[in-house]
Amino acid sequence: MPLDILLQQILNGLVQGSVYALVALGYTMVYGILGLINFAHGEVVMVGAMVALSVSQLLLAAGLPPLLVLLLSLLAAVAVCMLLGYGIERIAYRPLRNAPRLAPLITAIGVSIVLQNLAMIFWGREYHAFPQMLPSSPHILAGAVINEVQITIVLVALAVMTGLLLLVHRTRLGRAMRAVAENPSAAALMGVDINSVISITFMLGSALAAVAGIMVSANYGIAHYYMGSILGLKAFTAAVLGGIGNLRGAMLGGLLLGLIESLGAGYIGDLSGGFFGSNYQDVFAFFVLIAVLVFRPSGLLGERVAERA
Amino acid sequence: MRNVPDSLLHPGKRNAWLAFTALALVLLALPFATDALLGRGWVRIADFALLYIMLALGLNIVVGYAGLLDLGYVAFFAVGAYCYALLGSPQFGLHLPFWVVLPLGALLACVFGVLLGAPTLRLRGDYLAIVTLGFGEIIRIFLNNLNAPANITNGPQGISMIDPIRIGGFSLGSTHELLGFTFPSVHLHYYLFLCCTLLVVFVSLRLEDSRIGRAWMAIREDEVAAEAMGINTRNIKLLAFAMGATFGGAAGGLFAGFQGFVSPESFGLTESVMILCMVVLGGMGHIGGVVLGGVLLALLPEALRNGAGPVQQALFGKTLVDPESLRMLLFGLALIVVMLVRPAGLWPSVQRRRELIADDGVVQQEQDTVYDSSK
Repeated sequence: MPLDILLQQILNGLVQGSVYALVALGYTMVYGILGLINFAHGEVVMVGAMVALSVSQLLLAAGLPPLLVLLLSLLAAVAVCMLLGYGIERIAYRPLRNAPRLAPLITAIGVSIVLQNLAMIFWGREYHAFPQMLPSSPHILAGAVINEVQITIVLVALAVMTGLLLLVHRTRLGRAMRAVAENPSAAALMGVDINSVISITFMLGSALAAVAGIMVSANYGIAHYYMGSILGLKAFTAAVLGGIGNLRGAMLGGLLLGLIESLGAGYIGDLSGGFFGSNYQDVFAFFVLIAVLVFRPSGLLGERVAERA
Repeated sequence: MRNVPDSLLHPGKRNAWLAFTALALVLLALPFATDALLGRGWVRIADFALLYIMLALGLNIVVGYAGLLDLGYVAFFAVGAYCYALLGSPQFGLHLPFWVVLPLGALLACVFGVLLGAPTLRLRGDYLAIVTLGFGEIIRIFLNNLNAPANITNGPQGISMIDPIRIGGFSLGSTHELLGFTFPSVHLHYYLFLCCTLLVVFVSLRLEDSRIGRAWMAIREDEVAAEAMGINTRNIKLLAFAMGATFGGAAGGLFAGFQGFVSPESFGLTESVMILCMVVLGGMGHIGGVVLGGVLLALLPEALRNGAGPVQQALFGKTLVDPESLRMLLFGLALIVVMLVRPAGLWPSVQRRRELIADDGVVQQEQDTVYDSSK
């Protein structure tokens, strides 16, 4: 296999991996604090993309410059998603905080079905072309091609992740979040307002999801009501791969999963003698998930996950 | 047996016998009545409802009894259906008899259940949910793509011209005259599916009161405590998985034989969620509730299909929301609302209801009555 194609696959993997990492952070933050898989998170990503799509179409038609439109639609998507994240937590999770484990999982599935179908009713079943707001002239890098959109995705993802790490480890709010994750009742006794910390966590995760949604749509140039669920699943896989509940783990897991997928899809044809093709790309994530759960359930960077009695 | 009204267990009581006979007569006469009143299409819908009830009861073993959330249950249904389709159709020119193919499909689904369960069951419940979801997707992706370079599943086109179910020389695919009655194909399938459903209900009832059933429920309530009581939790959970998968596979075979056509489209996440909805809405772990959930959710889409379009036409002059997305929207809302308002489902078992609303005074009341009676 020629070297330039290998490099191309690695670049594609990094770009896709940055998106997975951002979404995985949302899963892992909620899991770290509540011990709950926020099943609806993938749909939040989709809503972010769709809102950005509508806003940017509207503003572009009004004749605003593309960069400003991108910024404004990003802001709109982030705002809507934060509101959505807050609402999901209030309606579907908070009343069930002391219920059996199965209950919030089922409401989460319910929420994701509702969001998906509402999106289908609002935006229709068809694939929408996502407007191009960044110049996307290809750059040749040692034989591999990369464009501005992809460079921006990687840079923004890095910036957002750094910001998040600073927030969690350097601020008062971050300390409160870590305290709640460690032991909610002890944190409450120390004067931490658990409910607002949880709400803020959901909103932060949803804001990251909105950013990720725009990235995916801008990268592939399409938005679709169904784009969230499979992306959400893969991002969850990334979170598990890195060690769920662990922020750095989610970032590492996301990047790794992106690489595994793009290299896997690129080479499976050669490895299996042409029997399997790149149409099996979506399968890799699940095999990775199962393999991680079998061999290292705590993930790469996670602590041992103890059975909760 | 705690799920059966006491009177049913003591058939000496005349009322119970009457109710039982009436129910049996209604079930026997149902296809002819619906055929005459609503049309042949509704008999077909009744057939599908029975298939769904079988699936829901199978999933109930996994989710309701053992408390393991399986979001890829339809994969086992798909395995059974494709097994039947591949071995009983012109696809490979194999036309193995029904008696070979159906058990084979169930067995294969069982093997898949164990394969899936073995690595994941020692993990916490929510991981299991995601892995099963992923497994369902894997199966669907494979079914969708195994048409090139070697054509096995015929890809998205699916497999058609599947042999009808044939018992001895008696084919369920054609109309028969029996005892002066005319039995069209859908009616025959109805009776076959009814028998199978009753069998599944019977097996579920017996399981529920068996040592295994009690072990499942113990695990559902508290796995650590169950293990401390000497239950081999891993094996017992695996058994729940295998058994649920077996029922799913058998239902899949029946589905393939009845429909005559299978394609990956029938085995998406939507179907898994729908079956899960039946179990959750009806009442997890309660056979009556699950059957009720199955009937409701199998008929609801049909009612929406026939009702939602015209109503919207009348109100807005056009169809704003297509019935399919309306159906899913309602499912999603129902899942949320039921979990928030009636976490035990529409018709929960007495015991389950007691557990879930323990601090609502129900337990207190029951204790009071116990003390009262001991006075």
